[in-house]
Amino acid sequence: MNAYLFTALLVWLCAWALNEWLVRLKPATPAGQRAIGIGVPLIFGITLLIIWECVVLGFSIPPILLPAPTAIWVKLSGSVPVLWADFQQTFLKSVITGYIAGCGLGFIVAILIDRSPFLQKGLLPIGNFVSALPVVGVAPIMVMWFGFDWPSKVAVVVIMTFFPMLVNTVQGLAAASHMERDLMRTYAASWWQTLVKLRLPAAWPFIFNALKINSTLALIGAIVAEFFGTPIVGMGFRISTEVGRANIDMVWAEIAVAAVAGSVFYGLVALSERAVTFWHPSVRGGRR
Amino acid sequence: MTAPSLFRDRILPVLTVIAAILVLWHGAVIYLNAPFVRDQAARAGQSVTLGQIVSQTLNQERPVLPAPHQIMAELWDTTVAKPVTSKRSLVYHAWVTLSATLMGFGMGSLLGIVLAVGIVHNRAMDKSLMPWVIASQTIPILAIAPMIIVVLNSIGISGLLPKALISTYLSFFPVVVGMVKGLRSPDTLLLDLMHTYNASSTQTFWKLRWPAAMPYLFTSLKVAIAISLVGAIVGELPTGAVAGLGARLLSGSYYGQTIQIWAALFMAAALAAVLVSIVGAAHGLVLKRMGVKS
Repeated sequence: MNAYLFTALLVWLCAWALNEWLVRLKPATPAGQRAIGIGVPLIFGITLLIIWECVVLGFSIPPILLPAPTAIWVKLSGSVPVLWADFQQTFLKSVITGYIAGCGLGFIVAILIDRSPFLQKGLLPIGNFVSALPVVGVAPIMVMWFGFDWPSKVAVVVIMTFFPMLVNTVQGLAAASHMERDLMRTYAASWWQTLVKLRLPAAWPFIFNALKINSTLALIGAIVAEFFGTPIVGMGFRISTEVGRANIDMVWAEIAVAAVAGSVFYGLVALSERAVTFWHPSVRGGRR
Repeated sequence: MTAPSLFRDRILPVLTVIAAILVLWHGAVIYLNAPFVRDQAARAGQSVTLGQIVSQTLNQERPVLPAPHQIMAELWDTTVAKPVTSKRSLVYHAWVTLSATLMGFGMGSLLGIVLAVGIVHNRAMDKSLMPWVIASQTIPILAIAPMIIVVLNSIGISGLLPKALISTYLSFFPVVVGMVKGLRSPDTLLLDLMHTYNASSTQTFWKLRWPAAMPYLFTSLKVAIAISLVGAIVGELPTGAVAGLGARLLSGSYYGQTIQIWAALFMAAALAAVLVSIVGAAHGLVLKRMGVKS
């Protein structure tokens, strides 16, 4: 057996034993519990990276198939300007604009159709149906309509994020119970007052659910739309051309950027959810 | 539920909305395609009346937005009028996509269930794996799709498996999350009861946890099958438009064949609807056998 593979095996066993020991600890302070909650997955992730590195070196896999994490890191730190330009084009222009426009539009339409049960009954099944469709397929059409630059990507993202937001908001607005609504009625609250003080707060968990789903959908939509035509900048463009030029380490660097951007985006949405729905049992009970 | 209320509360609103969409669609067709018709007429030195514009915009060969009847004609032409084995048959392309979808869905669900069982039974796995399972979905996997396909191609694996792997990656996530929730859904009272029966953890699993997780499993499977179809379609994009619905989309966008793109989109939508409703039917059947709903 080769030394690299032996190291990989050893690291894996040690990390596993360490994690088994860590999860059995019962620290008295909440800070200690949190440290374990963060530490255990972190050890797991680092172990995976080490095993990856060792396997690549041990089996001497050509970098064209799977580059080692260190090689990816070297490439990543060496090509920051290119990556930053791609990030700006794809994430800051397409994803953020499309995400805000799509979610905002879904929310506004949900509020508008709230007063008409007939429209709700008509739109909800269709919204549910469209949510299950492969909506990314509209990407080529949007590229034809809005050109190669970022507006076409924004259009794809808007279409992808609109329906989950619509369906979840409508469901959320229906979440307040009859008792609570009757109470608002006895207070002679107007429709707007009921909406702002009772039904919107009750709807927040549903709305944030949609926001979280959409945060990943938006990134996917923007990147896939770039496969169909783009100016010479952007994450999807870079990935597809560098694959063609067999620069797999550059592709992995781009994927690392996309992964970090996606995770941070999701994390921000999740954090604001905890701040806004502080009263909800799933947040109040602390993380399980 | 009685028949008239089913009509008034479910079918009528949906039909109304669909009719409204169709009206808007035709309006958009006329509006978006009119500049081309006016342009053609101006070049020929003719003037066009409103009636001519309407009739011509609805029947262009390469419209900006095709009218529904054109899409239906294209669908009919490529599904029924062509032999199934032909490369131009949409049924053939749909079958290519469907086989990758089903393979990826099968592997993804299996992987998801296995991971969920591990997570429920081992605390270390729960703590170390669960955050990464969630983080794995914030990575836009579809971005990696071209690389997976090209790399696997270069080591001699091509055809169904690379596409199925993308579907697997996308579809395992909802299954893991749903199954972990489902396997943990029996409350302490029921688990204590099993404990008083001196049930082993295997017995508890098969007699309590597994049946209790069924509703969660099927809800996740519905999401998983829809998303694995997306994965299969996107997986076909970088292979260079050989076969499959994704390839139809790509070649349609290369050659400006809008009607072909829309026909492929409608086919994909129909496929998704059929797959989701099959899983839904299986859901109903299993729950009925278990006596959950009468």
